[in-house]
Amino acid sequence: MMTNKWFNILVPIFSVFTGLLSGAIIMLLFGYNPIQGYIALFQGAFGDPYFFGETIRQTTPYILTGLAIAFAFRAGLFNIGAEGQVIVGWLAAVWIGTTVDAPMYIHLPLALLVAALAGALWGFIPGLLKASLGVHEVIVTIMLNYVALYSTNAIIRNVLTESADKTDMIAPTASLASAWLENLTYFSRMHYGIFLAVIAAVVMWFIIDRTNLGFELKAVGYNRYASKYAGMSVKRNIILTMIISGAFAGLAGSMEGLGTYGNMTVSSGFSNLGFDGIAVALLGANNAIGVILAALLFGALKVGALNMPTQAGVPNELVDIIIALIIFFVASSYLIRWIILRFKGRGNK
Amino acid sequence: MDYVIEMLHIRKEFPGVVANDDITIQLRKGEIHALLGENGAGKSTLMNVLFGLYQPEQGEIRVKGKEVNITNPNVANDLGIGMVHQHFMLVETFTVTQNIILGNEPTKHGRVNIKEAEEEVQKLSDKYGLRVDATAKISDISVGMQQRAEILKTLYRGAEVLIFDEPTAVLTPQEITELMEIFKTLIAEGKSIILITHKLKEIMQICDRCTVIRKGKGIGTVNVADTNVKELASLMVGRDISFQVDKQPAKPKQTVLEINDLVVKDSRKIDRLKGLDLSVRAGEIVGIAGVDGNGQSELIETITGLRKANTGKILLNNKDITNLSPRKVTESGIGHIPQDRHKYGLVLDYSIGENIVLQTYYKRPFSKYKILNYKQIFSKAEQLIAEYDVRTPSVYTKARALSGGNQQKAIIAREIDRSPDLLIAAQPTRGLDVGAIEFIHRKLIEERDKGKAILLISFELDEILDVSDRIAVIYDGKIVADIKPEETNEQHLGLLMAGSGHEKVGESS
Repeated sequence: MMTNKWFNILVPIFSVFTGLLSGAIIMLLFGYNPIQGYIALFQGAFGDPYFFGETIRQTTPYILTGLAIAFAFRAGLFNIGAEGQVIVGWLAAVWIGTTVDAPMYIHLPLALLVAALAGALWGFIPGLLKASLGVHEVIVTIMLNYVALYSTNAIIRNVLTESADKTDMIAPTASLASAWLENLTYFSRMHYGIFLAVIAAVVMWFIIDRTNLGFELKAVGYNRYASKYAGMSVKRNIILTMIISGAFAGLAGSMEGLGTYGNMTVSSGFSNLGFDGIAVALLGANNAIGVILAALLFGALKVGALNMPTQAGVPNELVDIIIALIIFFVASSYLIRWIILRFKGRGNK
Repeated sequence: MDYVIEMLHIRKEFPGVVANDDITIQLRKGEIHALLGENGAGKSTLMNVLFGLYQPEQGEIRVKGKEVNITNPNVANDLGIGMVHQHFMLVETFTVTQNIILGNEPTKHGRVNIKEAEEEVQKLSDKYGLRVDATAKISDISVGMQQRAEILKTLYRGAEVLIFDEPTAVLTPQEITELMEIFKTLIAEGKSIILITHKLKEIMQICDRCTVIRKGKGIGTVNVADTNVKELASLMVGRDISFQVDKQPAKPKQTVLEINDLVVKDSRKIDRLKGLDLSVRAGEIVGIAGVDGNGQSELIETITGLRKANTGKILLNNKDITNLSPRKVTESGIGHIPQDRHKYGLVLDYSIGENIVLQTYYKRPFSKYKILNYKQIFSKAEQLIAEYDVRTPSVYTKARALSGGNQQKAIIAREIDRSPDLLIAAQPTRGLDVGAIEFIHRKLIEERDKGKAILLISFELDEILDVSDRIAVIYDGKIVADIKPEETNEQHLGLLMAGSGHEKVGESS
């Protein structure tokens, strides 16, 4: 038998490998050279400072949504509403960024804080409903995703602007943009947010593994009866989990609002940051370092894929299929786990 | 001598542990062969080797004298080996027949031929006197009947040798008697049986021979007719066991727990406790005797704050603790060894160290400013597992990986170490072997002698009679009799528990 730790490392590596392999088969079937394709993917992600900067820029919100979902998972909750929490966080950050007039050391922290609070509020609602009425958090969070999307659109059109499709740009005092990082990366959109994301990962690790709160959250996630017996408040812990999870996702939204874009646009669909965060959390085995690595992989795939049509001639649609396959295998780590166990079982005989 | 199954010098290792070390067991045709050992001795591992779930590192297995290589359960099935697991492998929403044919469905023109299968199952059931309705849904039949469905499943698949893993653990006394009859029928029909158990009474009652294993090693095989319970017990645990609980008469002092006119309704607004009165004094063990479902669980849950009282009062050391939260109750001086250790007693995915501090993790020195100090936590755990002889590879091992007896010892260590004024022990020895039972009874009496109040709830009359200083009989949500163990016996208690004759005893007490 293998120790759990090794297994948790082996499974994601094997998942990614299988994903790349099946992507290669698809490319072969359609008559493209998979080696060239993957070289283009790699170069598009890490090939020069610009691409690297873009990869990090894309990784930043993935780390935060990954943390949000991982945090909830550790407490036995499935926060599928990270998407909506990202959207409200984004809106809140831009709102503060465009309307408040203050020096940077107040303006930026305020914008981040309000974004986190907005996400926390969006997490609190399903948390409260679950704790008090037993409504399943998946249902509520899915619905709240739509509420977030369409109310945000309405607010942009009717409150923040006069029927425009996007908000004004935020004031420079609320911006995460960094001339230093931009220069370093040939004017990519990389911003200071990455440091915040890494700090958030440390915070998540600390809460989960080092505090009373983390001890209780995990206990409730594993066995709510024993937790109740041991005097923990199951309801309080469910609500707190969703609040903290939502705050992480809200921060992810502020990365886009204060960093990458500097504004918010009316959108007909989801950003997918929250949904991809589910895969990031799963691939990262719900722990902080794992989430950072998984987010980096997702960021690299997303950004590197843009380079595949130009450099290797692989058409856009095929690139989407390949990326989807890799994500598919990554997300089906349960299946991979099973296959490895099967394989090991045979090896024993 | 003809052996149907021989397992010779079996060795099975897991990382860091040798689960089976040179164990030999030979099963004769037509015998009931007991496999005896403490919890965690390696009985189940050995049988899983035979059933093809594990591969042994060394040793050989012979079926009817021929060496075989059992690589998976299907091979075991083909060799005529069937297993009735302790936790049944049944689909609740399927009928008995559907469960039996599952994975092996007889088909006619590509459709499952359920009619024919039902007839065959019914025939088998009648032949062995199992009285199972082949068309009944699993969720509608009793646990005893479900077990018989499992037996039928092995018979349907042509088992000649049946392995039973702790079959009586889940049964009522009547069902146990009936199971013994079924064993006899099976033997009469030429089957052979391996019975995994740690209940010595059952072995003496029904088995022909008995193979003993201790800490993974084969100790030997004895003829049951040539031995006795005492010898079997000492073979199993490696030392002499006293079956007599050794204790001085109680010297009860002030009242610690006082319950007045407690009424508790369940979620359907039906009264479960109907004006219950009870008191426990310092330095005495009060045993609650009663048939399951007469309000015992509700009583414990209400005292410990897991359930709300509708009316009535619970006083601990003269302070009202009625309807306080579980944490407040715990902190006011109550320890609780819960009835269901997997559901309530432990977070199975937490390490044994984390479980040891499950009630105290938020207090110094385990936590300061809401930040945990794992060094302190694990050093406390080290101390308690040594003190209470919890056998675990380390304090970092998940509670799930420990045997039932060791899990229970960990809970007891946690609860007693806090030195509560009142210790509630609900079925503290359920499913444990004699060694662990002796240990737990000794601990309860030690606590009593230190002047603690102990409330013992048990469905085992032996336990109630041996350990308690005073017995309170619960029937239909009320305490109907309060007697001394030396003034009663099993028959008398049985009558009281059934709700008859309590008026007379009530006067005498």
